[in-house]
Amino acid sequence: MRLLTHNMLSSNIKGVTNGFPLRIEVEKVVEKEVDLNPDFLRSMFSKIDWKALVHAARSIGYSELPDEADPSMLDSDDFLSRFHHALLQLHLEEGVLICPETGRRFPVNKGIPNMLLHEDEV
Amino acid sequence: MWYLCVFYHRLLDYRKSEVESLAQLFGAFDPEGLDQQNPKGYCSLEWRLPQHHHPDSPFHFVNLPSEDVARKIANRSILVKGMYELWGEGDSYKELEESIKSYPDERKLPYLESGSTFKINVDTFGKVLSLQDQNQRIQGLSYIPFNGRVNLKNPDHKFWLMETDDYGSNNGLPPIVQRRIFFGREIGGADRKLIPTYQLKSRTYLGPTAMDAEMAFLMANQALALPGKLVYDPFVGTGSILVAAAHFGAMTMGADIDIRVVRDGRGPDCNVWSNFKQYGLPMPIALLRADNNLPPWRPGLKEVFDAIISDPPYGVRAGGRKSGGRKLLKGAVSPYVVPDDKRTDHIPSTAPYSLVECVHDLLDLAARLIVMGGRLVFFYPVLREDDYVENHFPEHQCFKLIASSEQILSSRYSRVLLTMVKISPYTEEIADAARIKHMEFRENHLKWLENGNLHSVVFSPADSNSNASGEGKLSKESKPKYRGKYV
Repeated sequence: MRLLTHNMLSSNIKGVTNGFPLRIEVEKVVEKEVDLNPDFLRSMFSKIDWKALVHAARSIGYSELPDEADPSMLDSDDFLSRFHHALLQLHLEEGVLICPETGRRFPVNKGIPNMLLHEDEV
Repeated sequence: MWYLCVFYHRLLDYRKSEVESLAQLFGAFDPEGLDQQNPKGYCSLEWRLPQHHHPDSPFHFVNLPSEDVARKIANRSILVKGMYELWGEGDSYKELEESIKSYPDERKLPYLESGSTFKINVDTFGKVLSLQDQNQRIQGLSYIPFNGRVNLKNPDHKFWLMETDDYGSNNGLPPIVQRRIFFGREIGGADRKLIPTYQLKSRTYLGPTAMDAEMAFLMANQALALPGKLVYDPFVGTGSILVAAAHFGAMTMGADIDIRVVRDGRGPDCNVWSNFKQYGLPMPIALLRADNNLPPWRPGLKEVFDAIISDPPYGVRAGGRKSGGRKLLKGAVSPYVVPDDKRTDHIPSTAPYSLVECVHDLLDLAARLIVMGGRLVFFYPVLREDDYVENHFPEHQCFKLIASSEQILSSRYSRVLLTMVKISPYTEEIADAARIKHMEFRENHLKWLENGNLHSVVFSPADSNSNASGEGKLSKESKPKYRGKYV
């Protein structure tokens, strides 16, 4: 699971009002190389919750992202490559996503987050 | 300028919409004009048929802004056999000669120069010519001043002589009344290696409803898949649709409710990832297990996907599932409380997911998550007993339906590929209406299952189906033998 996916997911348990961002518990993180596409990054930037991304990146051991970011930074190659690395190249291969409100654990196995709810949560 | 567009004689209903989608992709429509004249973000092309030709004929004329656009469309298209600059046409070879001779020299001479190489192909539709006959016809073109050398392997310019016959009989081909001969210069042609490369029988990981490669590419074209675009499939299965989108360079993302499919596959070298690796394509950006009925996307997330392409489960060959459990939704039992020590390995129960609800959820999700001007492309089943009309298709106020192409699957039902463009933003009111509808589906779960049950209609015994006995049979026999959509 890439951090892009993490940035899009929340806990949707019935009654949970603030299920985002999910906390990450790491078992195994892998890096996979992906071609950098500046246009894709620029269009994604406005849709990303930056704070959650910075936080998530730190929790899996990457702290090269600035705390605050604004669109003007997208002109910098250095910023783009860090953003790219955090968003697309770091994978949570094994671990758990934890609902910030209820503590419900969503397992991540073989890179696939399992977001399906139990019967008593729908 | 008008170009002769010759199609493969397949999937007739899909041909023009594919060319129009690709025309938009390659900038055939002036983007500013697009906004002013047609705020819907979509334009159609001008089409013309050769004289006496039936609309199902593989020969069409299409008006495109430039040769460059025509070439790009032809090279990426699945159903276009070739785009040609027409030099002449006629009902006989004499008429063809006159027509070619009267075509302006300044358009012809640059391609006939002495330094260049060329090749002439002979192609026929609805008939076969022996090699001898083909050579004879090529030699008959000696009135064209070819100064270049012949190169059969790698010519600079390819010319095509195409002939259709005047069979009047109903032989399963479009009833073209008159013989017609076309001669033209090839602008571009489809990459016919694409489909054999991706055909399903060579795919390592297959599911029962994996999308046929040709259709998957058509869907990716309808969705305008391009590098840098993000394409999502909420019913990803073995990823057969995303493979086509990834081939065109799009970033892909998929979800499925069945964890065995998305996570495990059939082992380390036979899973969704390996289907991409097999063709050297970039892996999906994300695969996850999620329920389309209760999608886990964060509340503020909107307009992230450039397109959603999907083949939702209709309940005929594969049924949809959603969270909740059969008995639970019926109200027979109260929710099972999972003991804390069993929570990690608990397998939640699921219930059947009716088509109506599934499509409602798909449209709602798409309205929220697709960018403005982005596309939703999905299959929708229709019963062939009803004479379906467009307004039977699902609708959403954020979307405009721009193409619907039917593919007949059996005498009972067919599936229609719907292409929709997002034309207005997703608002609070729409979200509220969707929430109310969602609750209604939950409350009347059983009713919707019964209403949306396509399976029983498709598989019920023939007798019970045509209880208005004589009438039913009569209408079946009176259908004309030739029906293009079968092709």
